[in-house]
Order: sequence, then structure tokens, then C-alpha cells
Amino acid sequence: MSRKTLIPIGPYHPLQEEPELFKLYCDGEIVKDIKWETGYNHRGIEKLSESKTYEQVFFLVERICGICSTSHPFAFANAVEEIAGIEITDRAKYIRSVIGELERIHSHLLWVGLAGHFLGYNTVFMWAWKYREPVLDLFEMITGNRNSYAMFKVGGVRRDIANSIIPQIRKTLSDIKKKTDLLTGAVMDDPVLHSRTKGVGVLTRQDIEDYAAVGPTARASGVAIDVRKDDPYAAYPLVNWKVITSEAGDVFAKAQVRLLEMYESVSIIEQCLDALEKLREGEISVKVNEIPEGMGTGRAEAPRGEVFHFVVSDGSNSPARHKIRAPSYVNIATFKKSCIGQTIADATISLAAVDPCYCCTERMASAYDINSGERIMNASELIALSLKKSAEIKRNLRSLP
Amino acid sequence: MNTGETIEKIRAEFSPAILGTVTRNERRVTVTIKPEAIPDMAGYLYNKAGFRFIIASALHTRRGFEIYYHFSKDDIGLILNIHVVLDSEKPAIESLSNMFSASNWIEREMHELFGIDFINHPNQEKLISEGNWAEGVYPYRKEFK
Repeated sequence: MSRKTLIPIGPYHPLQEEPELFKLYCDGEIVKDIKWETGYNHRGIEKLSESKTYEQVFFLVERICGICSTSHPFAFANAVEEIAGIEITDRAKYIRSVIGELERIHSHLLWVGLAGHFLGYNTVFMWAWKYREPVLDLFEMITGNRNSYAMFKVGGVRRDIANSIIPQIRKTLSDIKKKTDLLTGAVMDDPVLHSRTKGVGVLTRQDIEDYAAVGPTARASGVAIDVRKDDPYAAYPLVNWKVITSEAGDVFAKAQVRLLEMYESVSIIEQCLDALEKLREGEISVKVNEIPEGMGTGRAEAPRGEVFHFVVSDGSNSPARHKIRAPSYVNIATFKKSCIGQTIADATISLAAVDPCYCCTERMASAYDINSGERIMNASELIALSLKKSAEIKRNLRSLP
Repeated sequence: MNTGETIEKIRAEFSPAILGTVTRNERRVTVTIKPEAIPDMAGYLYNKAGFRFIIASALHTRRGFEIYYHFSKDDIGLILNIHVVLDSEKPAIESLSNMFSASNWIEREMHELFGIDFINHPNQEKLISEGNWAEGVYPYRKEFK
């Protein structure tokens, strides 16, 4: 009889959102089963939303996720505007897309940095987070906030992007592009990163369809779904861009998709800025009288995939029912496919590959023997195991003739 | 196949089970069906018609418990809401989790928050409130204060 070990990952890390617990059941080094527990921080947002007015709900849903804080207001606005049949102005459409794409850039940079950290590449971590900083500065310049931008409302946006600051945005964007080249080179050409990520945490097309996974997780397995293209909203049908896909379905493919998507985002923003310069300043919202009875489904492509909001209105000034589905809800479930059969050292990066708002991986707790209750490993030892594996590969590569 | 043809095909296939169709526009359609037809309908949409399951939303209304199963057909940007109304006393409906894993968690969540029973669910355990919520109390029901 082999010894089975339970490795709990989670549930708490005070600095990050989404406390959750992964229980890895291991036989030696190999993960045999995985269970997931959540609800540690269930905030009842769907229920809470029923007690807020439509204007207030924007501030509520903005706080669902700290990293992609614009994607929820985006989807909610789409849903409510569908109920009320509101068509927003072109200027508001472009501004919404600029905010959405800037968010994608900073979210993907954050992911690249953390992925590097878990694989023992702290230089990548430092670089990526350093290059993310100017994006947050841009947000501060445009919206007044580095995060939770409070830009959206029913019928448009709250603040304009003054044409006078557009040159400055362009300059930052061109810097970001150069830095992305640097990062892409570092990630795509490194033999150790190749061996740590290629063939690791593979999700097949069948897995994606079965779990209905979305976003870069699906696109890295060759499933070319992207709400911005499939069910176009805001300014996405008005600009030229392409959906990035990759076929392999492993961690490398997911990194590749995210890195290449950043170039598309930069290009989308540049085209939006061109359009904004031609439009009259100030026309950023339309008057909304009341939200009639009815129901609406709104979606938006967040950095992690499709955000879905279902809103039922009874004609009053707050939603009668508001269902929210974040992309991690479907993406996290794919862990059952990507982690089972892998080694514990690879589980870290496989869990991280779907970008589950990342906290999950940071919350590595400890490993206990399932029978005796004896502690085997703690969080830092688990990460150290992943780092050791990278170091070994590096050593072996150096010793090659 | 465009939205009109897709919906027409569904209507032809399931006409006895369909209670109503609301086409809001080319990309938003709601079809109300009898609850017992949900496994066949979901099976047809997922296996044959190329739909992706997005999520399901439960509601507690005057009519009882209602579930909207949201499906997406990504090549034409269509969201198809399959709507069922369940009994208000003992709400129960066949689970779809044996067909696709994507509905596993949301059915557990609806069971936990609304008390809707999903028949033949492989593992209808609590998803959110394991160990810290009373049995038989459903926080998303209207009577819950």
C-alpha cells in the first residue's frame, strides 16, 4: 500500500481576495485527486445587489474583483442597457474600451510576474510588476484611481478622457510595448521556462467544452472564444484586432496567449485614442429615465475570460434579481483535469495557469500526512520545491556539452 | 446557421415541450419549456447544436422557483435562455452535471441557496457554506430576512 498524503492549499492569505482551499490528495510525488472548498468570504453580493439602486450596484460589482475591477461594471452596464434599450454615445464606447484594455494589460503583466515568481524567476517578477506600474499611473491620470476606477454608469461613463492627455497615454503605451517585447523574449526563449511549462497542466479541447472554460484558458487550448468578437459590445466592433489562440493547452500556451494579447490591447487602445481625438469632448453619456420591467444578459471579456451578468428588473430602481458569474468560477473547476497526474512541484504552476485571481497559489499552507496528521511541508517548502525543480533543470542544461 | 434558423430548428425538435419563445433581438432569445424536457434540451444544445453552457440563474418569484439556463452559441453571439418554472413547495429538476461538468458547481450552489433539488446530481454537497450554515435555511429565498 502506498502512502496517500493530503496537501491543503489555502484557505487564507490576508493580502489577497478569494480565500479558498485546495486539497491535493497525493501518492508520493503525484497528485491523485483534488478537492476544492470555497465560501470563506462569501459576501452575498447577488442578494446585496437587490437592496441597492442601479447606480449604487456599479460600485458594488466593481468590488467583486480588485484586479479586473472594470469588467463587472462593464457586464452589468451591458445588461441594464439591454433592458432599457439604451444606445450609448460613440465617445463613451471608446472610453469604455480604453479602460477595459488598460485593465487587461495590467492584469496580464501581474500574471506573468507571479508565474515567473513561482518558477523561480524573480527577475521576471520584478520586471513585470515594474512595467505594470505605469499602467496604474495612467489609470490614476484618467480616472483619479489606481484601482476601482468608478468610470461606468448606465448610459455611458462618468469621466471624459481629455484630448489634451492623449499624447501622454500614447507615450506610456509605446513604452509598455517595448517592455512587453523584453518580457516576451525572456519568457519565450528561455529553455528552463520551456521545460517547466511545456506539457504541464494540459487542458484538451474536450476538457474546455466539458467545463465551459473561458478566456485565455480556453484560447490556449485552441477554442477561439472571445466575447469582444463573438458578441461585440462597446468599441470592439469598431476597431481592428484579432483573437489570439494557441493549440497546446499547457501552461506555456497560456503564457503565450496572454503575452500576445497585450500587443492586441495596445493596438486597440491606440485605435480608440485615434477615434477619440476626432470626436467632440464631453459627449460621454445619454440621459436615462427609468429602467423598465424586463430582463437582460450582459457580458464582457475580462482578462480572465467572459464575465456574465443576468439582471431581472421589476420596474423599480433596483434589480429584482442579479446573477453574476465570474470567469474563475468555470476556470477553477478545470484544476481537476490539469493537476491530476502531475507532480506536486508542477501543481503550483498548473493551478496558477488559469490566473485564478492568483491568491490561491500564494496561500500555500502546509502538507499533512493523511493518516498520522504529521506535518510534511509548509507553504514556503512547497514553493521551494518548485524553485528546486527549476534550479535542477538549469544545472542539467549547463552540464550539457 | 443564423439565430432564426437555430431557434426554428429547436422549436421543430421540441415543439410539445415548448411553452413560449421570446426573441428580443438576433442575439438574445428566451425559450420557456416544461421542466421534464431539460435533459433532452440541454443534451441537444450541448452535443448537437454547438452551444456552450454559461451558467444557470435561479429566482424565487410569485410563480414559484424559476431557473434560467444560459447557453451561448459563440459563432453567432447568441445567448439562449432556457427557462423553466418549478413547483414552489418541493422544487426539483433533473441534474445536467452528468452531461457536462460545467453545471456541477452551479447546481450545488442553487441547491444550497434556494433549496432546489437536482435529481441524479453526482455530488450534491454544499459548495459555499460547508459546515457553517443551518440545514433547511435557504438565504436566497424571498422569505429569508
